[in-house]
Order: sequence, then structure tokens, then C-alpha cells
Amino acid sequence: MKEKLEQIKADVEGILKDAVDLDTLENIRIKYLGKKGELTSVLKGMGKLSKEERPKIGALANEIRSRLEAELDEKKSAISAKLEEAKLKAEVIDVTMPGRKQPEGKLHPLTKVLNEIKDIFIGMGFQIADGPEVEYDYYNFEALNIPKNHPSRDTQDTFYIEDNIVLRTQTSGMQVRVMEKTKPPIRIIAPGRVYRSDTVDATHSPVFHQIEGLVVDKNVTMADLKGTLEMFTKSLYGEDTRVRFRPHHFPFTEPSAEMDVSCFVCGGKGCSVCKGEGWIEVLGCGMVHPKVLANCDIDPEEYSGFAFGIGLERIAMGKYDIDDLRLFFENDLRFLDQF
Amino acid sequence: MKLPMSWLSDYTDIGGVTPKEYADKLTMTGSKVESVENIGAELDKVVVGEVLTCEMHPDSDHLHVCTVNAGGAEPIQIVCGAPNVAAGQKVPVALNGSTLPGGVKIKKGKLRGVISNGMICSHEELGLSASLLGYEPEYGILVLPEDAVPGSDIKDLFGLNENVVEFEITSNRPDCFSIIGLARETAVSFKKPFNIPARKFSETAENINDTLSIEVLDKDKCRRYCSRLIKNVKIGPSPKWMRERLEACGVRSINNMVDITNYVLLEYGQPMHAFDLRNLAGHKITVRRAAEGEVIKTLDEQNRVLTSEDLVIADAEKAVAIAGVMGGFNSEIKDDTTEVAFESATFDGSSVRLTAQRVGLRTEASSRYEKGLDYNNTVPAIERACQLVEELGCGEVVGGMIDIMGNVPEQPVIAFRPEKINAFLGTDVSTDKMIEILTALEVKVDTDAMTLVPPSFRPDLQAEADIAEEIARFYGYDIIPTTLLSGEATRGMKNEEQKTEDIINSALTAQGMSEIYTYTFVSPSVFDKLSIPADSPLRNVVRITNPLGEDTSVMRTTTIGSMLEVLARNYNYRNAKAKLFETAKVFLPTGAGKLPQEPVVITLGMYGGVDFFDLKGVCEALFEQLNINNVSYEPVSDNPTYHPGRCAVIKCGKLVLGTIGQIMPSVARKFEIETDCYVGELSLENMIKCADSNIKYTHLPKYPALTRDFSILLDKATPVAEIEKVMKKAGGKLLASLELSDVYEGRQIPEDKKSVMYKAAFRADDRSLTGEEADNLHDKIVKKLESALGAVLR
Repeated sequence: MKEKLEQIKADVEGILKDAVDLDTLENIRIKYLGKKGELTSVLKGMGKLSKEERPKIGALANEIRSRLEAELDEKKSAISAKLEEAKLKAEVIDVTMPGRKQPEGKLHPLTKVLNEIKDIFIGMGFQIADGPEVEYDYYNFEALNIPKNHPSRDTQDTFYIEDNIVLRTQTSGMQVRVMEKTKPPIRIIAPGRVYRSDTVDATHSPVFHQIEGLVVDKNVTMADLKGTLEMFTKSLYGEDTRVRFRPHHFPFTEPSAEMDVSCFVCGGKGCSVCKGEGWIEVLGCGMVHPKVLANCDIDPEEYSGFAFGIGLERIAMGKYDIDDLRLFFENDLRFLDQF
Repeated sequence: MKLPMSWLSDYTDIGGVTPKEYADKLTMTGSKVESVENIGAELDKVVVGEVLTCEMHPDSDHLHVCTVNAGGAEPIQIVCGAPNVAAGQKVPVALNGSTLPGGVKIKKGKLRGVISNGMICSHEELGLSASLLGYEPEYGILVLPEDAVPGSDIKDLFGLNENVVEFEITSNRPDCFSIIGLARETAVSFKKPFNIPARKFSETAENINDTLSIEVLDKDKCRRYCSRLIKNVKIGPSPKWMRERLEACGVRSINNMVDITNYVLLEYGQPMHAFDLRNLAGHKITVRRAAEGEVIKTLDEQNRVLTSEDLVIADAEKAVAIAGVMGGFNSEIKDDTTEVAFESATFDGSSVRLTAQRVGLRTEASSRYEKGLDYNNTVPAIERACQLVEELGCGEVVGGMIDIMGNVPEQPVIAFRPEKINAFLGTDVSTDKMIEILTALEVKVDTDAMTLVPPSFRPDLQAEADIAEEIARFYGYDIIPTTLLSGEATRGMKNEEQKTEDIINSALTAQGMSEIYTYTFVSPSVFDKLSIPADSPLRNVVRITNPLGEDTSVMRTTTIGSMLEVLARNYNYRNAKAKLFETAKVFLPTGAGKLPQEPVVITLGMYGGVDFFDLKGVCEALFEQLNINNVSYEPVSDNPTYHPGRCAVIKCGKLVLGTIGQIMPSVARKFEIETDCYVGELSLENMIKCADSNIKYTHLPKYPALTRDFSILLDKATPVAEIEKVMKKAGGKLLASLELSDVYEGRQIPEDKKSVMYKAAFRADDRSLTGEEADNLHDKIVKKLESALGAVLR
């Protein structure tokens, strides 16, 4: 019996040596170590053995079984590792091939810039107001200290709907609408479309966008106007940007100014974009005219404020280096996809 | 407004300031400089030469070989083709290496074998106009005056060494539409003295009142009317210095008398008119309203029809000028004019503006008048004209002046509160500094009463804020400190609508949709193109009375046309596919005199490898992001813009969220889109109403679900929405989910039937369902499908 057991051990070890796949191992296990395997059938003959021999043979059989099982496991993991390695080798891919992405759409560049501007002003405590594009003459002109026949109406070629209704030529009417409804402190921006009867070319469009801003409170100063707009500009264009306030004229602000930023192309040295001036005009602003405050029942002796109007297209053109205004309204996907 | 810098020296001294420094300074004090142009910049190395000898070229029948003294040590040889060149002439010589206008470079070379060291130039080659020269030169080279010095720069000879500064003058500063006004700003900007030279001239013993009578009938529209008479007028060219200044300002020289009026207009900013006295019938001037329909032939030989709102200058018989706009043809100055009546008047700005608009004439004079001119400027201006007449020797000034005052505005008296001004500006400017600035600007400062009276040429100074601006301008906008807002804190945040728009933008871009911006005004023909019925309320539009063109003349009531135009444009650019959206307003009229409603519409559009369900999928994803639930899609077959079998109205409860569908192919073709395209319009307002921002968590299921497949055969026409409704009702609470896995029509299936497959999951909240329970639910649902929809289990 002992010989038989030793023989099984020798047989199994012999086959194991040459085994290269997992199936062979499983077959060996079933054939020799399984419930109906050879080792079991040898052990079935144990009854014929003497009392003395039985424990010895039993111990030997157990030893052989556990030894063979250990060898089988060892061989199994060796083969598995080899197979895994071969599989990994076979699975090599060309990582330089293009990725598979979900096609996302793009926001219009004007929306992207507007979102940025909104975020900056929200961070400074401003809310966002919206108002009608078809507007009463009163809000677009009269209440802004631009009476009928005022010469500055000439520079804003107005589309008329009726005698007293126009397509708004500026978002400034929102100053009045907001002040009529809200009492100070007021901090709002009001972005929106405006209309002027300009024929279309690379720098003119009958439809464009402005962002009106208004601050009204006690003790608001022109220094606050400068500080607020300088902060806005640095947030939008970067800390290194310099700003310049030049006196200008708007009927609804006094004093009035235009704000230039140091050219974002040349940094102020002078180039073709800034026409050699080193500065690019980005917005008009000023202290709210006392008459405008009074028109809205806000006492100019008690309150003061400032207002500004930003040209959205101008900002976007500067930011993205766009040289033709018409691209914004043409909506060619080859253009839109770039943002 | 153009300013030749040399002209400034008549009133102030800013010697040593470069044009660049000048432009920067004036820009920062409020007179925005648009450009500085050196008018002779294109001329380089062109000098006066004296032709010493002039012989015929040995090999040519028209070229001359000249020796020219061009100021150098040796005379130079130049070959010249002009017929009028001759020895002894002074001529302009472009030397070797010189440049002429238009970037022309002159180099020495050989002409038919003879060396030429430069070129003798014509006036055209130098870019000099006949108006600047004061005569029409003969054909050929320009012959210079005999006293010209050989070797001297040609630019000095013609006043071309001049820097002309062009200003953008804002409408509140009529005073700056003059050399004197700009000189005053210059002097205050550079803190230099400012002085207007005295106007002196002699008068004859006669009196103007013996010859001319003037009556002003409308004293509101005519605020002041001054006249002086010139006799023994000799019309001729103006002197060189005057022609050069006019030319530098872009004004053509005509003759001495007309040039004087133009010169005074530029210098004083006061429009002047010169009437030929012999054409003033009755030697009488009446300033009156025109008769309704009165016709006048203006200087430009056009007949202008006037209304009773227009102010005219009339003689005893007829109108001779439209006040403040243009003179009449009949009383124009002619070469044989001998007696001239000067007019220097102030008219009401609005009135001139309206008249200029009505007759369609915007002139140098009218554009100045309409901004409101100073009635105190009429007398200095007319005096200056008389002084120039004397200086030019082109006439004698008759004694006396007629000066009729109309109704003039009173100068405001403004309280002077330096501390208030500082509080307003955020500055700390001393009262003395303020007084210094205001005094330099000719504002009268009363330090006892602490009041200010601005000069009459500054109609823009009406109140304290205007004074604050003057202080700020000359204190320096750049020195005003920068501070951040103090005071009560305000909340910076977006409202619900704005937040919703942000969600829409991100949801739609995530679905591959790109955003577009289109014009809100459209062509009225868009309704026909979209096959919108004649009686549709969409055809009721807000109309622009003065549109740029018919194509942009009405405010849109639907955005579909704009979307289709953009889709068509991309289609024609051969962009293979497009998925687009726009968030913008439409305009729905509410009646005359009222503003329209302006609801915001989200417009969707796509073409290229897409179908209805791609568009619907975008909507579903959008509603999911907005948490809009219980959305239904009902088929629409009678919307003529859309395909009758591929259009749905989207509802949430009873609220209509919008309409989506395939554009009717015939409509698409009208927009030149030869492929299927899908478009939808969604209402922002209704989406906000239906969006449930109140999200509450439901517990995750504790027990497993059992799935069962359904494969049923039923009428082709039965919408899956119906099937699902039946299944959900039969399944009750235990039906956890229902997913459509396939719809099949075609072979192996009767023609009027379709096969539909669903995968259902059943789950109970409180226990594991048994297989038997799931089977029972399956059977129950199938039975219900059979009875309700005539479905057959496959």
C-alpha cells in the first residue's frame, strides 16, 4: 500500500512537471485527489491493514495529499501568472489614438464674457436687473436728461416704434427703472440688447449689447466710481492692467468719464490694435446727474451715485482677438466651436 | 474740430510742448484728441531751387537738362520734362533720396543717357491744392515766388510744417468748436496765461443806419442779430497765411470776403454770413418765420420748401437765408460785389436743429448753432471780421453797428460749496485751488456770497455737479483717489430666472447644443416663409417706423425664422451637422402707446444625422436638470410650420412648455435647407413655473427588484405613451420602473401592427417579492393591455 501511495505521488509529480495549462491541473486533481480519485480508492483498502500499520499509512496518505495539493496550488498560480502576463502583452493599445469624448456644445462668446462680468459684480454685492428692449422715450431719453431736440440724440440714431416708443439705444434707461422701484442702497448691473440704426460693418451693428451699472447710496463719491471700476477691470483683464479715466460728456452723468485700459495686446507701448495710443476705451461712466436722481424721487442732497455702461462686444473682441463684429451674429459653427 | 498748433500762439504760449505731450494733456483735461497729423509729413528733402541754365536734351525733343542751385556748394544737374521750365525760375526740387506724397521716392538716375540728380516738381506732385496756392498754376512745374531762398525747405514756404490736432468735441461744449475755445482749454490745462488780441479797425464817417435797417420779429428764435456794412469791397484771393490756416483746418479758400467769414467761424466759433448789399431789396433785413410753403434757393442752388416753424432772414421782398443753416443763392458774394452786409447772430439751437433736419441740410453753421451759441460772441466776431477786412485791404468798414437783442437766457447763480464738491468727488482740493481753476475758466467767483456765475459761453455749467466736473478736470481725474464702496452691505446674487438661465445653458451645452445670437428684428416676409396662416396672432407685430431696410423692419414674434436662417447658413457653409440654441426675447404687441410683452424663448435647432428623438432627448435632459416632472408630448398635425406627423406640443400639466418637431420640408426648402431639420421653441416663463427647485431625497430601496419582459403586438397607431399609461396603472405601486426596449414593425408582423417590448422591474418597499408575485403582476398587466388596447402577448 505504501508503494501504491508513493507511486501516486510520483505519477502526479511527473505530470505536474510538464503541465502548462489550468485544465491539465484540474484533471490531475480530479483523477488523483478527487472524491473518486486514486488516492481515495487506495485509502478504501485501509481496512485490510493491521492496527499498527493503519495510522502510519493514514498519516502518510494525508501527508502525500497535502503535499500534492500544495504542489498543485503552486503550479496553478505559476501558470495563472504566465497566462496573465501573456494576456497583458496581447492587450497593448496605441495610447496616441484619439479619445472618445461626448460632444459638448459651446456657449456663445458674448455669453461667456457676460458670465464673467456678472460673476465679478456679484462678488462686489451687485444684483442683476433686466428690462424691456422696446422702451418708452421717457426712460431712454427724457428721464436721463436728454429732452427732445437735445443735440446728443443725433449721435444715437434711434429706431422708432411710435412717437414715444423706441428700441432702446442704451441700457441707461434701466437706471431710472431701477431707481423708481428700489430705494438706496442700490448696486445693480443690467445687461441687455440695444439698438442703433447703424449699417452693418466690421465695427458696427444695429444690434449690440451693453451692461449698465448703477450704484446709489449716501456718500458715494467719484473716488468710489474709480475704485469699483478699477477693481472690475483688474478682475477681468488681470492685476497688471492699468486704467485711465478721461473726462467726457454724457447728459445723465456729471462729472462724466470714459475709461481706457492699457492695451491688452501691447501692454501700453502702442500697437495697431490700440492705434498707437497704448490705451483702449472700454466704458463710459460718471456720477449720476442730480436731475436724474430727482426724476426718480431720490434727493440728490442726501444721496449720490455713479453709473457706467460697458460695451459687451468690445470687451469680447478684445478678449478673444476678434476683428469683425459680424461674426457674433453670423453664428458659423466654425466660429462658435472656438470658444 | 481741427486745430493747427501754430495758431495757438496767437492767444497763449505753450512753447516746448511736443504734439504728443499736447495731445495727452488735452485728452486728460477733457478735450479728446483723435489724431495729430503733420500735414507735410509725406514731403521730405524737397527744397527751393534756382534754375541756372536750361538746355534741350541732346537725345530728346521735349526733355530739358538744367543746372539748379539747390542750396548746396555746387549746382546740380536735373533732367526735366516740363514745357514751362526756364532759366532764372525758382522751382521746387525733390533731391536725391527725397519722398513725395503717396510714398513716392526720388533717386538719381539717367534719362536717355544724361544724369539727373532729382526732380523738379509740379504742384500736384507736391500735393498742393490750387486753393492753398490761391491760383490755378499753369501746366507743368510749379514756379515759385522770386524771393524764395534756394535750399530752403519747401514745407516752410507753404506752411506745411504744421501739426494739426483733431479733437472730438462733445455736444455740451459748443465753445470748443473754435480755435479760441480750444486755446482757452489749452491755457488752463498748461496753467499758462490766455489772452485774446484786441480787435482794432477804423470806420468811415458814414453810419450803417443810413443804409440798412433791420427788424427782428421772433426774439425767441433769434437771440441777437448784429450787422456791419463794408463798402468799396475788392474781391480777390486771400493772403497766403490765411489760405494756409484755412487749408490746415480742411476749409477751401474761395475769395477774401468768404474766407474772412470762414476764418472767423473757425477762430471765434461764430457763424458769419456776408450778403451782397445790392441783392438785399429795400436794404432791409427782417428776421421772421417763413411763410408755410415759402421756397428759397440756397447757396447750393437747391430749392428748399419751408414751414412756419422755420426762421428766415428776409429782405423787403423775399427770404435771403435760412437762419443759421445756409444763405440764399440770390445774395451770394460775387466777383463784382462792392458792398457787403455782415451778419453775426445767435439763433435758438433747437429751432436751427429742427429746420436743418426738415430741409435735410446739416452745415458747419447749423451744427454749431444747434449746440447753443453764446450771444455775447456775436460782437467780438463781427469786429474781428472788420479787422480782417482792413488788414486784407479788401474794403472799408462803414461807421456803426446794428445790434438787436432778443430774449436771452439768464446766467445761473450757483452756490459755491467747496466741502460739498470734495465730498462728491472723494477729494481734498483746497478752496484756493478751486477758485484758481474756476477763475481761469472765466467763472465769476464771489467769495463773500460764495456764489459762482459761469460765463455765457459755457451753457453746460448750470449746477454744482457741473462745477465739480470742472474742478475734477483740472485737478486731474488721474489724481482723484480710488476707494472701494463703503456703506450698507448689499447682497450680490442671481434671481430665480437668472439661475434657471444658467441651468439651461449648462444643460443644453452638455447635450451638444451650441449657443447663437441673432437679430431680434426680422423681415415681415418671414411669416409667409414659415407658412404661418394669415389670421395667426403671430402676424401681429411691433413695427419699426424707420428701419434700416424691409428685411429688419419688424420685431419678431417667433424665433423659428432666425434659427432656420442660422441653420441654413451653416448648411450652406457645408458644416455637416449643427445643434444650436438661442435664449432671446420675442415681442408681442399689447396695443398702441403701450410696450409689448417680451417673453424669453429658448429656441432649439438641429440638422445632420439627427431625428425627432434627438431633439426630444435634449428637451428631456433639460427638463431633468430643471426638475420639471410629469411632462407630456402630444402629437400636433396641424401646425403648418412643422411636419404633420413629427411635431409635438410639450405640456406640464396644463401649461404649454413649447413645441418641437421636424420643420415642414417645404418650409425648410424656402430657407434653402435641403435636409431634415428639427426645431423647437420653449417658454422660459413656463419652464420656471414648472421647475420644482424643492428636491427631497427618497430612501434607497432595501429589497431587490424582480424583472419581467413584456413582448406585445398591437395596433401600429397606438402611442407608447398610451401603453405605458395602461401598464403603470395595472402595475400599481409595485411597478418600480418601466423601460421601452424595442419597437418593431415590418416582416413577420401584420402590416397594421407593431411589436413592442418592455422591461419592467417590480419591487416592494417592505419585503422581497416572490417570483410568483412578479408573475402575477406580469399577467395582470398583460390582461389589462389586452382589454384596454387589444394587445396580444407574443
